[in-house]
Amino acid sequence: MKKAFVEIYYGLKSLFVGMAVTLRHFFKPIVTVQYPHETLKIPARFRGHIELTSDPATGKAKCFVCKLCEKACPSDCITVEGIKPEGAKRKTVTTYRLDFTKCSLCGSCVEACRDNAIQFSREYNLAGTRKEDFIMDLFKRLEAQRIEADRLDASRAPSKPEPTAPAPATVAAVEPAKPEAPRAQTLSLEAK
Amino acid sequence: MIQSLTNILTAEPFRLVFALVAIMAFVGLNAAYLVWVERKGAARFQRRPGPNEVGPAGLLQPIADAVKLLSKQLIVPAGVDRTLFRLAPLAVMAPALAGLAVIPFGETLAARNINLGLLMIFAFGSINVMALMVGGWSSRNKYAIISAARVVSQNVAYEIPMLLVVITMIMVTGTMNLSEIVTQQAGGFWHWNLFKVWVNPLMPVTFLIFFICMLAETNRAPFDMAEAESELVAGAYTEYSGMGFGVFFMAEYANILLGCSLATVLFLGGWQSPIGILPGVFWFLVKMYFLVFTVVWIRWTFPRTQFYGLLNLSWKILIPVSLVTLVLSSAMMKLL
Repeated sequence: MKKAFVEIYYGLKSLFVGMAVTLRHFFKPIVTVQYPHETLKIPARFRGHIELTSDPATGKAKCFVCKLCEKACPSDCITVEGIKPEGAKRKTVTTYRLDFTKCSLCGSCVEACRDNAIQFSREYNLAGTRKEDFIMDLFKRLEAQRIEADRLDASRAPSKPEPTAPAPATVAAVEPAKPEAPRAQTLSLEAK
Repeated sequence: MIQSLTNILTAEPFRLVFALVAIMAFVGLNAAYLVWVERKGAARFQRRPGPNEVGPAGLLQPIADAVKLLSKQLIVPAGVDRTLFRLAPLAVMAPALAGLAVIPFGETLAARNINLGLLMIFAFGSINVMALMVGGWSSRNKYAIISAARVVSQNVAYEIPMLLVVITMIMVTGTMNLSEIVTQQAGGFWHWNLFKVWVNPLMPVTFLIFFICMLAETNRAPFDMAEAESELVAGAYTEYSGMGFGVFFMAEYANILLGCSLATVLFLGGWQSPIGILPGVFWFLVKMYFLVFTVVWIRWTFPRTQFYGLLNLSWKILIPVSLVTLVLSSAMMKLL
């Protein structure tokens, strides 16, 4: 009999203790990130889909179509085509097709690359309604980025773009990429 | 001229229509915005912001929800009892509306001030159980039937301690007229029935039992066995779509409103001011909405009880304790 009363007493007490806990949290600030309005900082080693890097000296893509990435890819995502211009020592890339529907972001291509010509992008707003959205030409993407950067340099008005605006489902190859904070560090630098 | 106009407007048929419209508007607006309160409250307890996209602070969210529910098709599944299926949401809503007719919101602010108001609320309140049972049974769905059976045993189990508590209150106050009960509690919060420990030292316990039973009767968490979405899909509401479901949802909030109003009237002194200033409808609403907030607070604090735990609580704890309070207060009234 006594045990039953003790149990009721402690049971009832525990209810009030629990309610005090939740009430304390009621008045504390919120902890969730309001995604479209605010975003978390992307870690330096975030692995988005790959992108071509450009040679800072010439502004052209570093890739010289050795096709090691194509061979390294376990899922056959990558198709690289290039031409050898008259008088040049090396080939230059003309098409770098990434089939992102098949890519598993294993990074074998980045590891295989001899000249750090590809790196992981920071692109993560990658929702799309069509499969074709994810078959992207990275060479065209790089060119578009370069043209955009030139245009901004020329205008001399680096209006600060909203860094956290949610990018719509992008065809990365077609859309002029938004200029981002200097992201000159290559993968090998990031790894340190 | 003005005199005759006033006479016509306060005549019985107009009074009736006016009270009906006022109660329906009160219930409708409260049901809509208590959903908002519930969602905001849930969010705050979980440290989220809650609805904040539709209108300032999400205040237009209930309207968006209503438009969504109204624009959906009312599906009546094949093989259900059509009449009962359509009738059940209305039968859940009706007792809450009827009960609010006798709640005195202020000294003169009651749609009907009848002598048996308390009895009337409980008489209509039991329709609620039947309506949920009918809704679950007529849905021709196994989850709905399980839920209907649970609702009946739960509500029967909790109606007993609730009525025992109410009998105690009727003995203490000596009346079933709700306005009269509030009038007796005038003059500061120590005159509220909740704190009348010289009448019965277990008065706060009585209030606690009443509140717990009110949660169970309105099928609120942690006693939401009727809905039990993690085990019974949506319980008795499984087959309801569009506004059929919406009316069930509104009825839940209307019943909470009625339960909290009744608790305010019986224990917290209704429209009486706790400190002697500003008596009137203001204090009634403050007390009632505090209780409503407590209901939300409880929902987001405790997990759903298991069914045997629910019945154990009623039969092994609440009924004996409420019997003790009943006997104790009758003994004290006789002896003191």
